[in-house]
Amino acid sequence: MSAFLSIRNLSLVLKGGPRLLRSVSLDVEAGEVRGLVGESGAGKSMIGKAVLGILPRSVEVVEGEIWLDEVDLLKLRPSERRRKIGATAALIPQDPLTALNPSRRVGPQVTDRLVDILGWKRADAQARALELLAEVHIPDPARVMRSYPHELSGGMRQRVLIASAFAAEPKLIVADEPTTALDVTVQKQILHLIARMQARHGTALLFVTHDLGVVSKVCGSLAVLYGGLVVEQSPVRDFFRQPAHAYSRALLAATPKYTDPMAGLNPVPEAVITAVQAEVAQADASWRNGGWRHD
Amino acid sequence: MPSSTPGFAMLDARAMVKRRLGLRLWLSGGWLVVLVVAATFAPWLAPHNPLEQDLFTSRLPPFWMAGAEPGYWLGTDSLGRDVLSRIMYGARIALVVALIAGTATALIGATLGLIAGYFRGWADLVISRLVDIWMAFPPVLFAILLIAVMGPGLVSVIVAIIVIDWTRFARVVRAEAMAQGAMDYVASAQVAGQKRLGTMLTEILPNVLPTIVVLLTLEMGIAVIVEAILSFVNLSISTDFPTWGGMIAEGRTSVHQAWWVLVFPLATLFLTVLSFSQLGEGLKDRFDPVLR
Repeated sequence: MSAFLSIRNLSLVLKGGPRLLRSVSLDVEAGEVRGLVGESGAGKSMIGKAVLGILPRSVEVVEGEIWLDEVDLLKLRPSERRRKIGATAALIPQDPLTALNPSRRVGPQVTDRLVDILGWKRADAQARALELLAEVHIPDPARVMRSYPHELSGGMRQRVLIASAFAAEPKLIVADEPTTALDVTVQKQILHLIARMQARHGTALLFVTHDLGVVSKVCGSLAVLYGGLVVEQSPVRDFFRQPAHAYSRALLAATPKYTDPMAGLNPVPEAVITAVQAEVAQADASWRNGGWRHD
Repeated sequence: MPSSTPGFAMLDARAMVKRRLGLRLWLSGGWLVVLVVAATFAPWLAPHNPLEQDLFTSRLPPFWMAGAEPGYWLGTDSLGRDVLSRIMYGARIALVVALIAGTATALIGATLGLIAGYFRGWADLVISRLVDIWMAFPPVLFAILLIAVMGPGLVSVIVAIIVIDWTRFARVVRAEAMAQGAMDYVASAQVAGQKRLGTMLTEILPNVLPTIVVLLTLEMGIAVIVEAILSFVNLSISTDFPTWGGMIAEGRTSVHQAWWVLVFPLATLFLTVLSFSQLGEGLKDRFDPVLR
């Protein structure tokens, strides 16, 4: 296992229901930015949640391995897994409006991890947090540390969350649609900020998004998901030049061009969807026959 | 260090809202303070012994009516006992019940609700089914049954209120804890290595607290009413000690001759319950960090 994060054959099911991820394998090298794209419901967020151990109760891992920093997370006891994830990974959540605890001041929410997991002294953690808030371009960090989340604007809150994600110098950050809830002007600033922070800290980034434009700006390589199945993995440069899978091509063609706002939308063609759905069904059929599960 | 990026507002407008205490909080808080003082210092403040009977001064009207005697501000009942003094002593029982029964109910119900709503799984299953079964009992009948078994008295009244009403807290807090549990900040805390119990106490509980406070004050009002009902039907503490419910029961029989014996304790009861519920709402408006 050379990759920093290596997902092998991961399958998730909705308890008593269908598979949500269909034998997904995915590697993220140290310091790499990997995009995860797909329609809503394709399972891209589920991958991030599985890695971070925050899957919803109704979802269950039925097979696979998640190697993070040479350790298979799924084989660890819950307390060990929590410690391992806390020390090596972090999350930049989707909605900055619900991602900070509304009844606690911002400061401790940034320093918590430093104190609890890394065992820093409060004062040191405090100094580090101030430094980080300045690094994400927050004016008057000391004041922001004393504020309650609802006193900050959405963009400002997302900056706080980015600072807090990078605080403990994690080796891997999962960014779960970090710009989706923001308006376009703020989106761009946040995107630049994440890219800059990533480059400076050398953190591997798993970037979950449905926006191919974002992928082209931030990511080095990407994986395209459909129905919980990885249909294509390639470097970003190759992907935008010539996508390998028919579905990827259709997805790329469906992205509206800002340069030509009057052009009609190009939905993914029916035939492509039928084909990729057949692929999904095929994967399920061979999975059952492969004897992974008997029910 | 790079200069700060301009171009978007740093502060949300809500940061600049100044919240005043508000009329609601002043009025309800004021009434409850008056009541607490009157109850606490009743032996010194009450103009008469609440138990002292004097048939020569029976059914004296309140001070503004013809035939009133000085010193009997709110008149006397048919046994010549001073109504004001009896209300003040009755407040002792009412407030003790409100405080103890209310707090204990909140503690038990909120704890169970928090566990059910956050941990879900079998804990939720057990607690929720228990709540469902509990709520199928008619509450007043349940209380009367309990007291019949335990014997009348202050402790029985308090226990009856706790036993009946914990479900109110459990249900509401459970739903709220579930809603908070789905928020991203809870996931973030977990990714940051927080233990489950720690997450419940530092992330969920503070955000459910405003709801618990509102429910608690409501519950205190309800406790006052339940105590009044039980003393109305003679199931609270012994009849010679003044209680609001007991006074209302006695006043009812002579309402045509001496309305004040009924109306004053009734009005006190009404104002007290109203104040409790308004206090809760007012506190929530004032201290909930998020304006809703």
